[in-house]
Amino acid sequence: MARMDVVSKQTAQKIERLAEQVMRAVKGGKNPFVEIPVRSLANVRFDPRKRIVQLGGQRQKRYFFNVAMAKKFMQTFLVSDACKELVESGKTTSIRDLYYITKHTIGETRQNTFEEQDESDPIIEDLEVALDALREELHLFASRKGSMVGPITIRDSGDTIDLRRMGSGGWAVPSIVEENVIEFVRHEARYVLLIEKDAVWTRFNEDKFWKRERCVILQGGGQPPRGVRRLVQRLHAELKLPVYVLVDNDPWGFYIYSVMKQGSINLAYESMRMAVPDARFVGLSSFDKDKFRLPANVAIKMDDGDVSRAKQMLGYPWFKEARWQREIQEMVRSGVKFELEALSRRGISFITEEYLPRKLKEKDWLE
Amino acid sequence: MARPAARQLELVPAEPPGRKPARLEVARPPRAGAPAPAGAGAGGAAAPAAPERAAAAPAPHAPRRRATAEQMAQRQREISISEFFTKNRHLLGFDNPSKALLTTIKEAVDNSLDACEEAGILPEITVEVRDLAWEKSQGNDLTKGEGRFVVVVEDNGPGIVKAQVPKIFGKLLYGSKFHRLKQSRGQQGIGISAAAMYGQLTTGQPIRVVSRTGKARPAHLFEIQIDTRKNDPVVTRDDEQREWHQEHGTRVELEIVANWQQGQKFVNRYVEHTALANPHATVHYLRPKQERLTFPRATDELPKEALEIKPHPHGVELGALMLMAAESRSHDVKGFLGSAFSRVSPAVADEILKAAAFKGRVRPRDLAEDRHLAESLHRAIQATKIMAPPTNCLSPIGDALMKKGLVSFLQVIESEGPEAEEEGQLDLDSAGKKRKSAKERRAEAAAPEVPDAPPEEGVEKIKGHNYFIATVTRPPRVYRGNPFQVEVGLAYGGSWPADKPIELFRFANRVPLLFQRGACGVTEAVVKTDWRNYLLSQPRGSLPVGPMALLVHVASVWVPFTSESKEAVAHYPEIIREIQLAAQECGRKLATHIRKRQHADYQAQRRSIFELYIEEVAQALGKITGKSPAPIKREFLRVAEQVTEAELEEKEAAEKASGNPRRRDEDE
Repeated sequence: MARMDVVSKQTAQKIERLAEQVMRAVKGGKNPFVEIPVRSLANVRFDPRKRIVQLGGQRQKRYFFNVAMAKKFMQTFLVSDACKELVESGKTTSIRDLYYITKHTIGETRQNTFEEQDESDPIIEDLEVALDALREELHLFASRKGSMVGPITIRDSGDTIDLRRMGSGGWAVPSIVEENVIEFVRHEARYVLLIEKDAVWTRFNEDKFWKRERCVILQGGGQPPRGVRRLVQRLHAELKLPVYVLVDNDPWGFYIYSVMKQGSINLAYESMRMAVPDARFVGLSSFDKDKFRLPANVAIKMDDGDVSRAKQMLGYPWFKEARWQREIQEMVRSGVKFELEALSRRGISFITEEYLPRKLKEKDWLE
Repeated sequence: MARPAARQLELVPAEPPGRKPARLEVARPPRAGAPAPAGAGAGGAAAPAAPERAAAAPAPHAPRRRATAEQMAQRQREISISEFFTKNRHLLGFDNPSKALLTTIKEAVDNSLDACEEAGILPEITVEVRDLAWEKSQGNDLTKGEGRFVVVVEDNGPGIVKAQVPKIFGKLLYGSKFHRLKQSRGQQGIGISAAAMYGQLTTGQPIRVVSRTGKARPAHLFEIQIDTRKNDPVVTRDDEQREWHQEHGTRVELEIVANWQQGQKFVNRYVEHTALANPHATVHYLRPKQERLTFPRATDELPKEALEIKPHPHGVELGALMLMAAESRSHDVKGFLGSAFSRVSPAVADEILKAAAFKGRVRPRDLAEDRHLAESLHRAIQATKIMAPPTNCLSPIGDALMKKGLVSFLQVIESEGPEAEEEGQLDLDSAGKKRKSAKERRAEAAAPEVPDAPPEEGVEKIKGHNYFIATVTRPPRVYRGNPFQVEVGLAYGGSWPADKPIELFRFANRVPLLFQRGACGVTEAVVKTDWRNYLLSQPRGSLPVGPMALLVHVASVWVPFTSESKEAVAHYPEIIREIQLAAQECGRKLATHIRKRQHADYQAQRRSIFELYIEEVAQALGKITGKSPAPIKREFLRVAEQVTEAELEEKEAAEKASGNPRRRDEDE
């Protein structure tokens, strides 16, 4: 772990420099501040060449002597302090844990440093971008979700694991999947399949779809967490495996695909490490209802939120391609959405035995 | 305004056509034994009954006559004014025992204050209410509901000449104030004698008056009853008193039926407000079973003497003009105009006469007799531009004294206001105390006061509470030829509830107006003012909401009341406009204060936020850099004190403007 020590040292130094800069400002009688790249839609742009969402150059200053910012300023340094301690002690903890570490009552008031975890999570993200340090480098991880099986052998923290022998539950994807934690030993996979839902993934695992098709299947329990996204990106980049994404036919499903492909607005600063611009959308397509003769009664009516969300997507630069426009417009036109489970109407293993094989055979996907 | 009044007067000489048939009916041959309608208005009562009778009787017969003119004439006689008011006591404010209590006190106090001011004496007035039943049965509870009470009002005024006492207290419509145009509290000369009559009517007891006109002269004690038929005083006791503690002054005692339980809140408020509007007076207030309450005078300066003026031509109505012409001793109209009115110079009189275009010689006497002549003169007067009446005749409270009055008023009510069980909007002090709920106290705890905020101009600290006081006295103006002047004072903040409508104190010639708030022109003017401009909230068409008391005083030689009981000021546009202007002026001062206070609150809140977080930041920075947090904290506190937010904001704005987003700091 020698390399890790170098990174840790750097991270600790970054935090120290941030603190020293503030102390210098105060000594000089100035209003101290932390400069943070803006993580909002306004400061996010789509790089058409790299085909990923990237953070723009906008930065905001978080001053201490400003009523609106003082608390966040204070919180930023509480989190910095806690992270530095983690880094120096070589321990890793969850962001929820960090929330409890930093939470306490201020002075003799009823105010707490943090009232909710919702308050501390964005501060962590702020700190990541402000320090230009990844969450892993701060020794933090998000709550773990997601599982994976397939014809691949990995080494996880020194333990060699054959992902063909993971039983019904699969291998739980950890939050941190960097090279120093996860190594790919060998594999015979042809592609990676990312499935939105745990339940559908279970069907694929039970049917041994991965064995038959020689592929790696993952699920992220809805919007995949960083670990899953980073792992998919590594499988794609390091093992040159094509990535297919199987999600519900609704705006949320499209968005999951979009995040996998281009990166998210909130974590735009990590798009380079997370996004797979070549990821392919295999379904569920708005046109599949006709192609696979799904009965009308398995459709779910879209609500106003769904419709406006879909319309908003029509404007995303990465959905500007004609086939995507047709896809989304068809959804808006029909006013209905479908869950992956709707395919079970045609038979319990219809999705693994007919639907997906046919889609792949016909190259019926969107990019 | 002159026109409809003129039309009304026409009715007097001309016979109204509608009455003629009734009269013919009455003139028909009599029928014996017909029942006569009771009451004085016999002529009116007979008319509606007639057709009823006609319908009942066989068709060809005319209705039966009930009384002859002669029979009726026997029953027709003069109604004495006191008899009239015996029946119509509500017109004078004696509607019920609780209101009668207040009116009795009010009439006596008004007279005392008027007399002191006219004589040039600093008034010291004692108001006492005694519960007779309670005094007899010492130790029991006070009378609940109606009961016998004695009201005593004593002043240190000039006293009353012995010969005049019976008439003043025992004859209605007798006084010095009716026939003149001068700012005074009393106007009609009816109040105190009406109170005496009320007492006599309800308890049978005469009014007791002790008066003394000077040190060398003895005091006289009178007991006076009123012969309600003749409206004449009957003196039942007339004693000389060698010993009396006042060198000069008057003491009036009335035994009346009153309701102290319900009426005391009115009296309390009346006494408080009288003290407020008369800062030159000391008022002692003695109540059964309670400590003596004293409102000490806030100034030793008497108000400017109010002067009597002649009426202004623009304010005179046609009938009044004819009456004045009849009484004139001038030989010609020019002389009459010049002597009877103010602001009519020979040149102005000529102008009026030219506009009137009389043919031939016209004497004032002719005007009194010929309505057409009088009317053309009246028109000419209205058409002529005449200088506004003199306004130096008014005696406003004045800015400084209004302020002093408000301060001493707040001092007294803050400390000893009336009983806690009282309810309703009349009792601002106790209500204010009660309304200070747990919620408010919590709010106070959450936003601690700035300990050493510099005292702001206009802010008075009274009993630990800060009040902002602002006053405005408008220059005198004229409505219908009557000079008037408006004053507005406000007290804001302190312990008053912030979520209730403001307290509105109305005064006319320094007399508090306690009833008919909704019907009063003062209220209209305050409601019409947009207080949201002055940072108070204001529901549509209502008084503004906020911790504030607003004092409005209208002084005039003739205050236009909506009724005889003098409870509400009439809605003259000129008066309403002046009140609004004064309220706006006060409002602007208030807005400045509120803004300052909001800013100060904001500053204090900010500083406390920073101080709270500095500890945390210093600890964290200390741990990160491995240094002691104490000096870091000191540095932060130093910056917090040194650099105010305003400066920082300016700096930031300047840097933004120059397109140099704090590069310097980064380089350091």
